[in-house]
Formats: sequence, structure tokens, C-alpha cells
Amino acid sequence: MTDAPEAGTPHAGPATSSKDIRKELRGLLYRSKTFIVGMLILAFWVFCAIAPGVVARQDPAAIEPASKWIHPFFKDGHFIGTDRRGADVFSRVIHGAREIMIIAPAATIVGTVVGVVLGLAMGYFRGPLDDILSRVIEALMSLPVILVTLLALTALTGGRLTIILLIGFLFGPIIARTVRAAVLTERNLDYVRAAELRGERASYIMFAEILPNVFGPIVVEFTVRLGYAVFTMAGLAFLGFGTQPGSPDWGRSIFEERSSLLSDVWWPSMMPALALASLVVAINMVADAIQGMIDR
Amino acid sequence: MARYVLRRFGLAVITLFILSIVVFTVSAVLPGSVGRAILGPFADKRSVDQLNNELGVNGPLLNRYFRWASHAIRGDFGNSYKYKSPVMDFVSKSLTSSLKLALLTLVIVVPLGVIGGTIAALRQGKALDRIITITGLSLAVTPEFVIGIVMILLFAVKLGWLPSGGTPKGAILDQLKVMLLPALTLTAILFGYLSRMARAGAIEALNSDYTRTATLKGLPRHVVLRRHVMRNSLLPTIAVIASQMSYLLGGLLVTETLFNYRGLGLLVADAARGKDIPMLMGAVFIVGALAMMMSLLADLLIAWLNPRVRLGAKQ
Repeated sequence: MTDAPEAGTPHAGPATSSKDIRKELRGLLYRSKTFIVGMLILAFWVFCAIAPGVVARQDPAAIEPASKWIHPFFKDGHFIGTDRRGADVFSRVIHGAREIMIIAPAATIVGTVVGVVLGLAMGYFRGPLDDILSRVIEALMSLPVILVTLLALTALTGGRLTIILLIGFLFGPIIARTVRAAVLTERNLDYVRAAELRGERASYIMFAEILPNVFGPIVVEFTVRLGYAVFTMAGLAFLGFGTQPGSPDWGRSIFEERSSLLSDVWWPSMMPALALASLVVAINMVADAIQGMIDR
Repeated sequence: MARYVLRRFGLAVITLFILSIVVFTVSAVLPGSVGRAILGPFADKRSVDQLNNELGVNGPLLNRYFRWASHAIRGDFGNSYKYKSPVMDFVSKSLTSSLKLALLTLVIVVPLGVIGGTIAALRQGKALDRIITITGLSLAVTPEFVIGIVMILLFAVKLGWLPSGGTPKGAILDQLKVMLLPALTLTAILFGYLSRMARAGAIEALNSDYTRTATLKGLPRHVVLRRHVMRNSLLPTIAVIASQMSYLLGGLLVTETLFNYRGLGLLVADAARGKDIPMLMGAVFIVGALAMMMSLLADLLIAWLNPRVRLGAKQ
């Protein structure tokens, strides 16, 4: 996945305005195979999350105990067979995309907002605030995210919003660290000094002057964290949290269907597992391509 | 070196303090009532209050925190709500199983990662390098239970070579058989991170003057690789193990559940499902403390191996 964008046009000359630079970078992205393939897979799952009925015509909740464990492929009108309750596995996999495609991006957005605000403040003001927060972040990072989420979900009644906020607030400090590091290198540049001499407010300098210049690392961090959010959410669902029993969610399905694996009935658990794997790998392909482009 | 060690220990103490606050706050402050969470929405108020009293979750917050923390520091996390016996007994028993699993994982993944990374570095840019890098990274980002069920299907169901799960007991060979599949699952995930760091370290070492000198003075290639290249790719590998420690411990949660392996991870998952709050707090605190201690140990090891840190030079 180190397939960075191919070398750009050899004699493009220095880009003159930021608009030109952005155009050139976009051009590089569109020429990266990793980016295109990752985006296509991602787009497929986004579409399934929005309109699952278009892709899979059968009702994922239709239970028919008489026709349980039909083998794949294309038998009795089921593309990849049925599960232990006789529900259509293909339809469940397609419908299972929705929950994770809502929670993971929403949690990542919450985490990015928290992280950007914290990171900007830490990097810009430095001093004791930065020292204290840095220690707290280091301590938080030594704790497995899924552990803290589980601890909190036991105490709180875990609806969708709770999980989004929990994962978001746990990711925030990690993102803050990246943003802080980027702000520290910007902070001493002339344009920041100039703005300070003009007497601009600190909030204006942070958000209007510095933020646009640290956008690159934030985008990379966002895509990488999105992958981790999918990972965390799937793990929670697999442990039996955050989704209702019988929900077509991938992590939940694998948890519920894993025992039939031992009777060599692999499709009800392996198909959602493949779906999950394709989603995380796709997100990381996109992240990798963007990272490769920004590092150039 | 002494100053570095002292500073690092200071940081560890701060981390432990913050950890205790996180564990306490999350489980005891956020919800309206612990008793209500355990007994459910239909229990009458009297029994909820009584349970709250029993669990010691009434009274001013600060008092409660100090009572919990002063006991926790002596390894006393109270009684499990479900089993009515000390949490620490359960934790210490499953801690041993989890450590055994973590150790086996490291014994497999560290040599594999260093060798894989070095091979990739030697074939830099060629097909083998890309195969190792792409496989490693794809495995690293895939949830552990996805890799785990593939392992079960392949090695337990289809080939029948290894048991699909359980807890190790009896002769060492039998124990290893049970532990191998969960350990391989964790290995699959960690290999990507480790080999990537080892590859970077090896590339740096291969391009260095000392490797060129060693080659020019006529040392055989395998000696150069072993003594100069591999040794230098070991350092970043240890560093990445330190940073992945909290991940490895979190991964135990899911892996142990999948393989029904009686370790700390399964203990935490069961306690969370059964709303056994004292057990959950104790187990999470121990896992966190463990993660912190491992990263402390790794940092000290890196410092000791790296003369630039050992002799106190600025970065």
C-alpha cells in the first residue's frame, strides 16, 4: 500500500498560487491506483449504507427456520446462503453496513473537532496548559481505547450517540497530539508574528491563520482515525455492545454466528468478516495515498 | 541516564494517578446510580439504595475516590458483585494466562518482524518487499476477530490441527497447542507494525558507513547482516512494541472472547456484560497499569541500548 502517486509532471514548474498547488495535488491523487481502488470500495459501502434495498432485494430480517444454513452460492434464491435463522446472508451483509457507516465517521468527526481545538490551543499557548494536557494525553494513550469505552458503556446506557461521543472524546487527545506538533512548527513563522503585531485576537490567529496551514496533517489523521473508529466499533459490536441482538451489523453478526463455524458453516460469519476487512483496508488505502501525496 | 530514569518514573507515577481517576470517574460518576445500572430500570428504589450502600458508592465523591484508591494501591479491589469473592483472586489468576499468551505472541512476532523487515529492506522496491509490506499492513488494520475466525476455520475446522479454543492446562505441549491460534491471531496484527519499523531501521543501517566499512573489511555477508544490520533494526522494533503494548492488551479482549481463553480480556468482557462493576474496575485498572509498566520497561530498554539517550545527549 506504499503505492504513492506516480511522479508528477516532470517540468510543471513551481506552482504559483495555493489554488494551483491544490489542483496539482488533486491531479496526483487521481493518478494513484491505491487511492482510486480504496475510494471505489468505500463508495460501494457508503451506497449500501444509504440505500441497501437497491443492492439487496431480500428482507434481512425475514426469518425462516425451515430453510436455515442453506449453502452458498445461488441455491433456493439465496446468493450466499442463509444463517442459523434462515435469513438471507447477502442481504444481511449489505444492510449491516449502515450502523458502522454512521457511528465510525460521526465519532471521527467529533474526535477531529475536539483534537483540532485542543491541539491548536496547546501548540499556540504552550506553557503550563500544554504541559499538563500533554501528560494527561500520554496517560490516556497508554489505555486501550476499547477498554475505556467498555467501562463507560457498562455504566451508561449505551445508545448510538453515547458510543459516538465516547469514541470521539477518546480519539480527540490522540488527534490533538498530531495537530499540536504541526502547530509548533508553524507558530514561529513570519505570518503568525505579523498577525500578532497587527494585534489580532488569539482565536483569529489560531483558526484563520494557522489552521489552514496545518490542514494536511489533519486530513491524514482523520482518515487514519476513521480506520481505527471502524476497528473499535466493530470490536465493541463483536463483544456484544452498542447494537441490538439480531441486528445485521457485521461485528454483531460475527459474534452471534461464530459458533456455527465449528460445524463448518462458515458463510454467516465469514461474509460479514470479509465485508469488514474490505472496509478497513479500503480506508487505509485512501489514508496511505493521501499521506504519500502530502509527504512529497 | 539517572536523570532520564527518574523523569520516566515520575511520568509513570503521574500516569498511574490519571489512570485511577479515569477508571473511577468513568465507572462511578458518569451514571446516575451504580445500583440502578446493575439492578435495571424496574427494581424498586429501596433495593437500589441498599445496593449502593453495600457497594460504597454513596457519600461525597472525593471521599469515595480516596477510599477506592487507597484500597486499590494495596491490590484490594473489593468483592466481585457476581461471585461475592475478592476481585483480586480472579484478576491474578487470569493475569497469568494473559501474560503467557502475550509472551508467546512476542516470542513469535519479534523474530518474524525483524527478519521480515530485514528481508524487505534487502529487496527494497522489489516484488518481495511489496508483498511483505502490503500483507503486513492489511493484516494490521483488520480487526482481530476477522483474522481469528479465518484461523479457526482453516486450522481447527478444515485441517483439524489445533483446538478452536479453550484454556491451557496440563503438559506444556498441550498448553502450547491451545495458545497457538490466539497467539497467531495477535501475531498477524502486530507483524505489520513491527516489520515496517524493522524495515526502516534496516534500510538506514544498510546505507550507513559502518555497514560499508564492515563489508569492505571483508566480513562475510551473513555476519554483516546479523551483527550490524539486524542489531540496528531491533531498536526501532522494541520502540514500536512499546507503543503497541496498549493495543496488544486491548486486542486480548476480543481475541480471548473469540477463543474462549480465560484471561484478563475475557474477564473484562464478561464483567462488562454482567455489569459486575467492582470486577470491571479492578481488571481495567490492572490492564492499564500493565500497559503503563510495559511501555516504561521498553523505554528504559531503548535508553539502555542507545548510547545517545544513555549518555544524556539532547535530541
